[in-house]
Parts: sequence; structure tokens; C-alpha cells
Amino acid sequence: MKNIKFLLLGIFFAIVLSKSQAISWFRFYEMFRFQSFHMFGIIGSAIVISAVFMQLFKRGMIKDIHGNLIKPKEKEKGFVRTLVGGTFFGIGWGISGACAGPIFVILGFKFLPALILLISALLGAFIYGLLSKKLPN
Amino acid sequence: MYFIFEPFAWFVGGPLIAISLVLYFYFGKNFGTSTDFETLCTLAGAGKFSDYFKKDWKERDFGLMFAMGLVIGGIIGSHFLIPDQTVALNPKTIQELTDIGFTNVANQYFPDEIFSNEAVFSLKGFLILVVSGLLIGFGTRYAGGCTSGHAITGLSSLQFPSLLAVIGFFIGGIIAAWFIIPEIF
Repeated sequence: MKNIKFLLLGIFFAIVLSKSQAISWFRFYEMFRFQSFHMFGIIGSAIVISAVFMQLFKRGMIKDIHGNLIKPKEKEKGFVRTLVGGTFFGIGWGISGACAGPIFVILGFKFLPALILLISALLGAFIYGLLSKKLPN
Repeated sequence: MYFIFEPFAWFVGGPLIAISLVLYFYFGKNFGTSTDFETLCTLAGAGKFSDYFKKDWKERDFGLMFAMGLVIGGIIGSHFLIPDQTVALNPKTIQELTDIGFTNVANQYFPDEIFSNEAVFSLKGFLILVVSGLLIGFGTRYAGGCTSGHAITGLSSLQFPSLLAVIGFFIGGIIAAWFIIPEIF
């Protein structure tokens, strides 16, 4: 069971998101209305602290469990794909209050609506896969 | 001991999210949740329809374990760790939502208007979830990541595409919260 650590990490991450209210529809709505610092504080501090670790990874001061240098995958470039794809994602996120990770977490809170979100998201990913070669970058 | 039932402040939640990311990388994998959507598609047989999904899901099984952990963590969180789901929302936000017809605003994590059985079994409520889900799934794969992969991993490793994606996330979120939500409710 070499992957059990990912299962445990998933449980930990879900509890962190739940306890910080970072899965609450109301918190995301409030964030997109710019009426609270809470979500910006969470995401902002997560980015800043992660950025410090990214520097340590880059300099090889922290290596992974196998002793390899940690190097985040380079994201695919392209204005259209990131901006348009990002906007689509943002509209879905803004309406449902769920981004990718929280959909799985919300299954534990509101099973049926989260299941509908998950199946439709898989369908959306599937449609992207079908069209991926035809879409502009 | 009661503190474990209190909500986490932002300065607790944010750093713990960063620690999750660090552990994910320490375990030797790239942090990001939406790739698991593709792995699940592959698992469901999407490879029969498109080469895009002809991948070996076993190479991404760690992501599926992580996703399973998210579900288990959600069950633990909802049943044992959050006895009070009240959200300390900005009173202005509560007022605005009440004005457009939301009830019970911020007394729970999820509004009845979208997440109650009554909403889910209505045509409008069902469509709201399906359309949002489609946009989330399609958008995140087109953009190449979601909040974890782009906003946190991508921005913290100073990747320009992630900045564009996060700008897109906010353009979309603002369109939803300022124009779509007031329109459909």
C-alpha cells in the first residue's frame, strides 16, 4: 500500500478545507463580491508559504522521499487556453461554490448535489478531451 | 479541547494548505486535484472515445487515493468536527443574498437554494449543478489546472500561465457572483 500516504494526506487536506470553511458556498460568494478577507487570507497565505518552500525545493534543500529534486511541472502556455479555460472554470466555481478538490470533500457533506457536480465535471473534462486537438491555445 | 470544534482562522487554514502541498511534493508527486478528473474519465473507459484518455490510470493511482481521502475527510469533517456550520459572513453579504431571496443565509455551509433535495430535484436546481459542473470540468482541463494546481502550485512557483489562469478564474467568479447569481435567483 505505497499510496496510503496519499489517502491520509487527502483526509488531512479535506479536514483543513472543511474547518477553514474553504468549501462553503457562502465564503466563495463573499470572496467574489470582495466583501471579506477570509478566503483571500487563506489562499494568499497558502501561496506565500508555498513560495518559500518552492525556493527550498529549487535549491535542493528539501528533496522528495526518494531523494530526487522536487520540480513542479511546467504549466502549458497559451493565452486563450488559460484565460478562456480559467474563465469557464471560474463561472462554474462562482455559481456552485465548488472547485475541483472541494467537490470531493462536499460529497461528505451534501452527497447528491456534489455527485451531480462531480459527474458533470467528469463529463466536462471528457468533452475537453474530445475537443483538445481542435481548441485554440 | 473545544478548540477543535471551532472554525480555523485564515492564518491557520492557509499555512495548513501549504503544508499539504509541501507533503504532496515531498511524496514525489505534482500537487493538483483536477488531473484526477481525467484519471477518473480514463478509469470510466473514456479511452475508447478519444486517444486523449488512453493513459495508464495506474500511474495516477496516487491521485485517486488522494481524492478518496478527500471524500473520507469530508465525511469525518461533516459528522464529527463541525457541530456548528454557521459562517461568520459579512453582514452586507448576508443582506444582499437575503434581498435576492436566499433564506437561512450563512447558518450552514451550503445554501438550500442550490444544495437541498428540493433544489436538486427541481429542473432549475438540477441544471444549475450540471452546467456548473460542466464548466468546472471543461474549464479546468482547458486551463490546465484548478485552484490547487494553478492558484497555489503555479503562482507559488512563479509560473506565468498560472497568473493568466487565476485572472480567468476571477473574471469567471465575478461574472457568476455579480451577474449570474442575482439573475437566476
